[in-house]
Amino acid sequence: MPEYQIVVCGSVVPDPLQTLEPVTGPTGPALKNEMMLPAWLDPWAGHALYEAANLAAKNPGSKVWLVALGPKAKLQQAMMTLAQKVPVELVALDGSSSGFTDAAETAAALAEAIQAIPGIDRSKLLVFGGWESASRGAGATMQIVGEILGITDQFQGVDGIEAGGSLKILERIEGGRHQVSVCEAPPALLGWATGNLPEPRNNPQVGMANMRTIMPALQKAKPAKVAAEGVKFLSVSLPKQARDTKIVKDLSPDQIATEIADWITNK
Amino acid sequence: METILFLSPTEAALSKNTLEALAAAKQLADSMGAPFSVGLWGDAPKAAADSIASCGAVKFFAVTGGDFAQARYATDAAAAEALCRAAGATIVIAPSGSRWNRISAGVAHRLGGRADSHVTGLSVSEGSPAIVRWYYRQRMEGILTRAQRPWLISLESGIAPAWPGAAGSAVVEDIACAPAGVRTEVTGIESPAADQQTIRPDADLLFVTGAGWTKKQPDGQTKVAEAEKLILGFLKVSRASLGSTKSLVDLHGEGQATLTFLTHMNQVGQTGSTPRHAKGLSTCCHGEEPHTVGWRFIGERRAISLDPNCGWARGKADVLYVADAFAVMEKVNSLLAQKA
Repeated sequence: MPEYQIVVCGSVVPDPLQTLEPVTGPTGPALKNEMMLPAWLDPWAGHALYEAANLAAKNPGSKVWLVALGPKAKLQQAMMTLAQKVPVELVALDGSSSGFTDAAETAAALAEAIQAIPGIDRSKLLVFGGWESASRGAGATMQIVGEILGITDQFQGVDGIEAGGSLKILERIEGGRHQVSVCEAPPALLGWATGNLPEPRNNPQVGMANMRTIMPALQKAKPAKVAAEGVKFLSVSLPKQARDTKIVKDLSPDQIATEIADWITNK
Repeated sequence: METILFLSPTEAALSKNTLEALAAAKQLADSMGAPFSVGLWGDAPKAAADSIASCGAVKFFAVTGGDFAQARYATDAAAAEALCRAAGATIVIAPSGSRWNRISAGVAHRLGGRADSHVTGLSVSEGSPAIVRWYYRQRMEGILTRAQRPWLISLESGIAPAWPGAAGSAVVEDIACAPAGVRTEVTGIESPAADQQTIRPDADLLFVTGAGWTKKQPDGQTKVAEAEKLILGFLKVSRASLGSTKSLVDLHGEGQATLTFLTHMNQVGQTGSTPRHAKGLSTCCHGEEPHTVGWRFIGERRAISLDPNCGWARGKADVLYVADAFAVMEKVNSLLAQKA
């Protein structure tokens, strides 16, 4: 059975249930009260992490690292929840996780951290991450990480992997379909969509084991300078698309159905 | 002066999205007084080049060969890189799509440039392209320019009318490209059965289902089977595309009774897709801003909900019907079947 070294890249994002408002900061656009917003691991990076843990569990001898970039305090906040989910070794990078930073700079910091992990063996290496982030939403970072690491077997929008001697990978394509590819062997890079796994239940034993390494990793988090060199934001604003909603309360289902059917068929 | 390249993989005939991006590239070139070229790759891109021969491009470049028929990173990135270098492009315009989105940032890195994806607007500001794109999952809109070149810009559909010109015979310059170390084979496509295909990007209507379909009804019982029948019946007669809220899709992973044909690919909103359709009808949805971004790019919007203060609808929809979706949709299906 093959052993894998699975490195998951991820960052932290504000809780999506929070109100987000852009402001202009000294270095460009930012979120209002950004440091006050509760943070969690980016949802697609989370899916990648759960899939990584699942793959590692099926292949004894495999190991999972999480290379996470964000303000140290925010990373700690996210890890308090995450640590109980899956066995993982954290590599923390202390830097901006803002959506207004440049993917290329984020990727450079992540790739450098991956290259610095002791004992990384390219013949076992799978680099996982979200296919996009919930902040920048560009789908760019993982591609550049792969390029810097010299990995040209890259897959995006991944929903499934079957790993044996080779890797069978399902990628989302247009029209609700999946493209099926077979990659000979690692190294490979997978940008995950949602996958098929539910969020793992909290496991206090996993949490205790993880925390022995997570806190030291946070303490020695390497500063990462991540900005948006060369980008000039002309504006960042909330959409002003409030519609004047007509509330229809006193029509029967038949009358409503007639209105809707006419509306649908009226080109 | 900028040199603009319109770049696209080719499979069958060029899609509407591709022709829209071509029109946008041509318009940008005209606005900037810059020359523009076309770069295509695939098994046999000459036919695609001929179909847009009269677009005004000063040159057509192509990477041709069986290796480039497959949508895979190693060969697609190599072809795109070769075409950008051959054209000496400083600005690259490409239509958004899974094949291009997989490689755009990687190609930009190889060229020493930058890529921006999911661009929904393109103009010129102080002699440079300015793009519109969304941040934090369609929660806020940014307009930006870049100093780095080449700048690879991926355009979403709907930002320009499709280029309408006539076909002809294009003079195509073949570009050599020999990607090394190809270790991946595309072995097939998995599609839902035709009668279970619920995601239809070209549909006029997006039909959004919410968790309310699986909740207890006034008689105290859930009616999931009936909900399935009504929803699938509606999709059949309306040919709409099906979207879902996260809460409804998540029920499946939590082991609760839910709609069996829904997957995460149907999910719209903060952690799902933001599809583009002319009309949208939401039913039994609830939620606030983070979820409603799922229909940010829907034109006319109507909603059915028992809650007159429904966050999906207030300020977001044009019309909110306060009614029982089970009763309304049964009748809608009947009416649409008659009209068909």
